[in-house]
Amino acid sequence: MSNGIHPIASLLAAVARFITGVQVQWAGCEPSERQRIYFANHTSHLDFVVLWSALPSELRALTRPIAAKDYWVETPLRRYLAENVFGAVLVERGAVGKTRSHEEARFVGRSLIEDLTAALGEAHSLILFPEGTRGNGEKVGEFRGGLYHLALRRPDVELVPAYLENMNRILPKGEYLPVPMLSLLTFGKPIQLEPHENKDTFLERAREAVSSLRRIGLA
Amino acid sequence: MLAAIHDPKLMWLFGAVLCLLVILTVIGNVLKRRHDSDINRSTIDNFNAQTAAWWKICIMFVLTLLVGPVGSLVLFGILSFLALREYMTLVPTRRGDHRTLFWSFFVIMPLQYCVLGLQWYVIFAIMIPVLACIFIPTSIAVAGDTAHFVERTAKIQFGLMVCGYCLSHAPALLLLKIPGFEGHDARLLLYLGIVDQFNDLLQYVWGKLIGKHKIAWRVSPDKTWEGFLGGLVSATAIGTAMWWATPFTPLQSAGMSFTICILGFAGGVVVSAIKRDIGIKDFGIVIERRGGILDRIDSLCFAAPIFFHLVRYYFAR
Repeated sequence: MSNGIHPIASLLAAVARFITGVQVQWAGCEPSERQRIYFANHTSHLDFVVLWSALPSELRALTRPIAAKDYWVETPLRRYLAENVFGAVLVERGAVGKTRSHEEARFVGRSLIEDLTAALGEAHSLILFPEGTRGNGEKVGEFRGGLYHLALRRPDVELVPAYLENMNRILPKGEYLPVPMLSLLTFGKPIQLEPHENKDTFLERAREAVSSLRRIGLA
Repeated sequence: MLAAIHDPKLMWLFGAVLCLLVILTVIGNVLKRRHDSDINRSTIDNFNAQTAAWWKICIMFVLTLLVGPVGSLVLFGILSFLALREYMTLVPTRRGDHRTLFWSFFVIMPLQYCVLGLQWYVIFAIMIPVLACIFIPTSIAVAGDTAHFVERTAKIQFGLMVCGYCLSHAPALLLLKIPGFEGHDARLLLYLGIVDQFNDLLQYVWGKLIGKHKIAWRVSPDKTWEGFLGGLVSATAIGTAMWWATPFTPLQSAGMSFTICILGFAGGVVVSAIKRDIGIKDFGIVIERRGGILDRIDSLCFAAPIFFHLVRYYFAR
């Protein structure tokens, strides 16, 4: 516990690394203590643990995942894992309630950005899956706006794209037992919000930065 | 445990392997130093990488033989697991295969080695060809996705057969009871390993030296008739020369080595064909950095079960 990492977190990270046999490649940058937001494609519950475990241990203590509140507080076990073990930043998904009025969704979105900015603080880094939900691994889905708003508020934070390969075959959505296939994790070159760049262009560029890191062409 | 240390013939085999590795390492280093060498640089690097891999394999192999049958069972169990992992990563599977794959990795494969350890021979012999053959299609059918049903069943079954069933016959040699050869089964496993790996090496060397006429060049551009025949003759000669460590006569030993070499070739071609089929160049990055276990043991997978049954039928009680 001395370095602030929960022992169960370290254990789960070791298990996840064994199961996924992940090979990590820092293709566009090196591990650094700079404040960063790692953003990646999302296909599996293992995504966060694997990405987190790929960081050097001194960085792990400073890096927190962002997780959807509606899912991660549903059962006591999930809540314990998210809050106590990994110190996740639990946020409400803006677009979850279809019944929500436009204004309400806007309000939720704004408080989400507040929460994330607060979580970054002076020293922390975040792991974010901007698709907002797990996909089927075929292509990277559209990004939600959170990444843009964070980039706008904290231009000093580096935005590092990452691509996780094969995770959807190891532990796909809806399954709870993993199959130990091999996977790849690639960190790309950090991107920045350009002056006057609008939200949609930026988000599309960010999505492209992630999907261009894909190394395996699926048949 | 450690009974193997009191087996002088086994120690001779260990000693011979050690000398050979030292010689290969020296040759590799000399070739590397000689800049004026006309031998292709990548061939030398390839050779040195191969030698380095052999050091690791041999050290693991010898250590586990010293521990006894349980050590070898665990070692081969791990090899089977890693090989199946590579194979399944390469082969496209569908979402509906997920649970069947889970069973294959975490139930069928460990059970295969457990029943071997318990010496339940009948279950060991039918576990994958019969029980898994019924279980896998049932499990895929229950999952509900019927697209490419036959192909998916075949892919998983084949992977389990090659990586699990076939390979598990290598450590099964340790459990054979051969009259007059009690307590020396470790030598048989070592004999199989040495002949098989020599065959791989010598096929490669002969192919590089005098190889011209390609066999199945679409599948494996490295394989030539000259390499195949050269490897076959020289590895069979080496195997024959080791008859003193086995329950075989020199002639029988020649026949066994010959069989191992032919099957080793078969295993190599089949695994190459699998990789061509799948388009290894896409997934190659995943496999190469993880050691390429499948490449190392392909020949052993085909040689082990036939060698096991030949020995069992003609020599075991």
